[in-house]
Amino acid sequence: MNAPEKPPLKIGLFATCLVDLLRPSVGFAAARLLTQAGCDVHVPTAQTCCGQPAYNSGDAKDARALAINVIAAFENFDYVVAPSGSCAGMIREHYPALFKDDGPLKARAESLAAKTHELLSFLVDVIGMDNFDARFDARATYHDSCAALREMGVHGQARALMQNVQGLALHEITGEQEKDSCCGFGGLFSVKYADISTRIVDAKIEAIEKTGADVLLGGDLGCLINIAGRLQRRGSKISTRHLAEVLAGTHLETPPIGEKG
Amino acid sequence: MSARTQILASIRSHLAGCASAAPPAHRVPARGRPADVVATFIAEAERAQATVARLSSIAAIPQAVAAYLADHNIPATIRAAPHPVLDTVAWAEQPLLTVTRGRAAEADLNGLSVAVAGVAETGTLVLCSGPGSPTTLNFLPDNHLVVVRSADLVGAYEDALARIGEIYGPGTLPRAVNWVTGPSRTADIEQTLLMGAHGPRRLHILVVDDG
Amino acid sequence: MRSTIADFTANARKGIADKNLQAALSRLSEGFPMKRLEAISRLPEFKQLCDEAKQIKDHTLANLADYLEAYEEKATAAGAHVHWASDGADARDIILKICQDAGAKTVTKGKSMISEEVAINEHLSANGIEPIETDLGEYIIQLRDEPPSHIIAPAIHLSKEQVAETFRTEHTEFSADRILTEPRAMLDEARTVLRRRFVAADVGITGANMLIAETGSSVIVTNEGNGDLTQTLPNTHIVIASIEKVVPTLEAAATILRVLARSATGQDITVYTTFSTGPARPDDPDGPQNYHVVILDNGRSKMLGGEFHDMLRCIKCAACVNHCPVYKAIGGHAYGWVYSGPMGAVLVPGLRGLAEAHDLPAASTLCGKCQDVCPMGIPLPRMLRDWRTRDFDRGRPTAARFGLKTWAWLARHPRLYRLVTTIGTGVLMIFGGGRFRWLPLAGGWTKTRDLAAPEGGSFVGLWKRGER
Repeated sequence: MNAPEKPPLKIGLFATCLVDLLRPSVGFAAARLLTQAGCDVHVPTAQTCCGQPAYNSGDAKDARALAINVIAAFENFDYVVAPSGSCAGMIREHYPALFKDDGPLKARAESLAAKTHELLSFLVDVIGMDNFDARFDARATYHDSCAALREMGVHGQARALMQNVQGLALHEITGEQEKDSCCGFGGLFSVKYADISTRIVDAKIEAIEKTGADVLLGGDLGCLINIAGRLQRRGSKISTRHLAEVLAGTHLETPPIGEKG
Repeated sequence: MSARTQILASIRSHLAGCASAAPPAHRVPARGRPADVVATFIAEAERAQATVARLSSIAAIPQAVAAYLADHNIPATIRAAPHPVLDTVAWAEQPLLTVTRGRAAEADLNGLSVAVAGVAETGTLVLCSGPGSPTTLNFLPDNHLVVVRSADLVGAYEDALARIGEIYGPGTLPRAVNWVTGPSRTADIEQTLLMGAHGPRRLHILVVDDG
Repeated sequence: MRSTIADFTANARKGIADKNLQAALSRLSEGFPMKRLEAISRLPEFKQLCDEAKQIKDHTLANLADYLEAYEEKATAAGAHVHWASDGADARDIILKICQDAGAKTVTKGKSMISEEVAINEHLSANGIEPIETDLGEYIIQLRDEPPSHIIAPAIHLSKEQVAETFRTEHTEFSADRILTEPRAMLDEARTVLRRRFVAADVGITGANMLIAETGSSVIVTNEGNGDLTQTLPNTHIVIASIEKVVPTLEAAATILRVLARSATGQDITVYTTFSTGPARPDDPDGPQNYHVVILDNGRSKMLGGEFHDMLRCIKCAACVNHCPVYKAIGGHAYGWVYSGPMGAVLVPGLRGLAEAHDLPAASTLCGKCQDVCPMGIPLPRMLRDWRTRDFDRGRPTAARFGLKTWAWLARHPRLYRLVTTIGTGVLMIFGGGRFRWLPLAGGWTKTRDLAAPEGGSFVGLWKRGER
């Protein structure tokens, strides 16, 4: 029996400014995964920043202005997908709050929020695909970003995807307190309160080192750049990558975060 | 304007336009409804570092008190609550035990009280202040012995509150209702848990079956 | 209570460098949170009971004035003197007057954060009345003239050696060569000293974990028994409680008690939970002859109906503090005053003003763990952000503000953004060699961390050109 052919889902890929400017390979990895999943991937060129730095700094006016940009650029897609729990969380959890006193924009923000997803959970929960025939020979551990974990409910999806990567041995961070603890990034917090941020990332790194992993994977570039930067300053041999790179195979083409090609 | 008027007015004006919020339905957790109330009470009290002895009758109290003090090498004196239950026991059966009655003073090493109820869900004793139950007995002595009748053991806090309501009338409490769960403790120095901070170092519960 | 809130960043740096403190903070991370999980595992309905407790508070706050009046009526009928204090000055005056009328020379105190908030001790001392903290942790920090570093474990920042040192200096009545190496010996010494103080005190002051409208009672929870000795032995007992402490019924109190200790120390319930209703009755063999309750507003009524309304659900369990990565990095003294951790960072700007306290809500990664563990479901990250909005609206010119505004302006103009970022990342890539150990304007980052250099090109640009 042949089911009627459904048109592919039209996806607006919101790369996030960090991926856009610092690590385009994560964007290509995300696009590759979505294409493999049968989606029609679009990258609106009007995309810049989701407005989270402004929003978290109390600059509601600029956050709203940037949100309007994002809404306009992405509202015509079936879904909006971002390779980041933090930026997807900004759109899904906080855009509606930004416009709570503005009827028409509130409706648009809510409609965008409802179809915005973090990449890994989108692949597993919406598409229903957790195997991308990937191979990555490594002892790896995984950092759940706070936004992915607590705002977007991403946890098991990343594990399901990693389980189907050949050669990948997952060594989870153990310890009730450490397993879901913050890496100390917090956006501008990491610069404004650098000493505190460093103390927090050091605690995270001690937990990461305890796993015996050679590679740290994660789903949010902000956290990963923070942890990688501190790992490298401490002279650690642990390398860092976004999980999308591993799933899409772009790790074969790009060095780990902060390392020379 | 008095502070009272001002505060109440400020509360009302800031709440103006706020949605009302209905009180929730009350829930008693399953652990407040144990199958075996007495066994659960004893297990939970011991978990809170109390010790428990089970007596067949009120008449066994003097012997149990004397034995407890002797077992712990504690001088055989006790300040007992002027509670009617303790009026009926034959203290004279324990000639080596010095018993005085009344509220506790600083020098009293051991105290004996009678609880209104015991709550199984956390092994908690419920003591109500009154002529037969001085509050000082609960806190000043180093060793606090408490009589509770097994018939007064209940599952949940709500059951104990209901019992108090039966005694004192609804919405009325004696001056002090003390819930006591294990002996006094502190972890204020390096999080090291130590018994006997300011209150009793030991709590010994005498569960009396008949009476 | 003096405040060093304005020195937050320097205080934090000091905390990070303090080895004693860091050891204490690791113990804290191992202690309370683990015990909390264990306690929750023994109560399958914990989550539902938290929801119920939250709804109780929501309902009470929505009818706060009515419940306070109901409480007052019942308490007064039981013989209590109920006083109302709009602010700290009111509370200090009322309490001093009661103590003076009682002819008090010494006053014992149970641990009460709002008495720290309105600085009762300083006021009594200045008027010739000696206040004595009796909670062991509070007693130690009173001897050291320090603020509490944690709302439920005020001396958590100290090592046993520091405590021993303090006792040797202050307890001159003991022989100088006594052995004070173990916490047990220190506790026994404090017990001896404080027992005399309990017995001699003329007035006892306690806080209240709850006021119960149904019965006119005040409730305190303690583990040491100090609160009970404080309120039972002196002739006069003064309760100081803030307006949001009232709950409707004994039943409601039972629900809150079921989540309070489990969230705080991870006990099923504290050792002592005491319901006090009025002074000693005519036939009572003991208990205070006078019972006063001071109901304090101090800015709380203004929080009702606004963005910080939900904070008034707080039952001061400190779960948010115990789980906060920032608190665990810097300790409580960095916050510079009475309250620390996420709950402090939300409360203090309201009590002390943003001019002094703007760093507190800013110094958070907004990781959300606090809201996760809060039994009352208080949206702490949202409120931290609301304080940041208020602070931003004050318009202080800062480098961060300038940077943010520039970034936001650029990001609102996608074409210009493309141009500028392409040049910028291009330059950085050429000099990067994988990562930077130092970058101008990024010193806060590169002092302790390398910074990954851009891979080259922007994703959007490369995608548009069909590369890769």
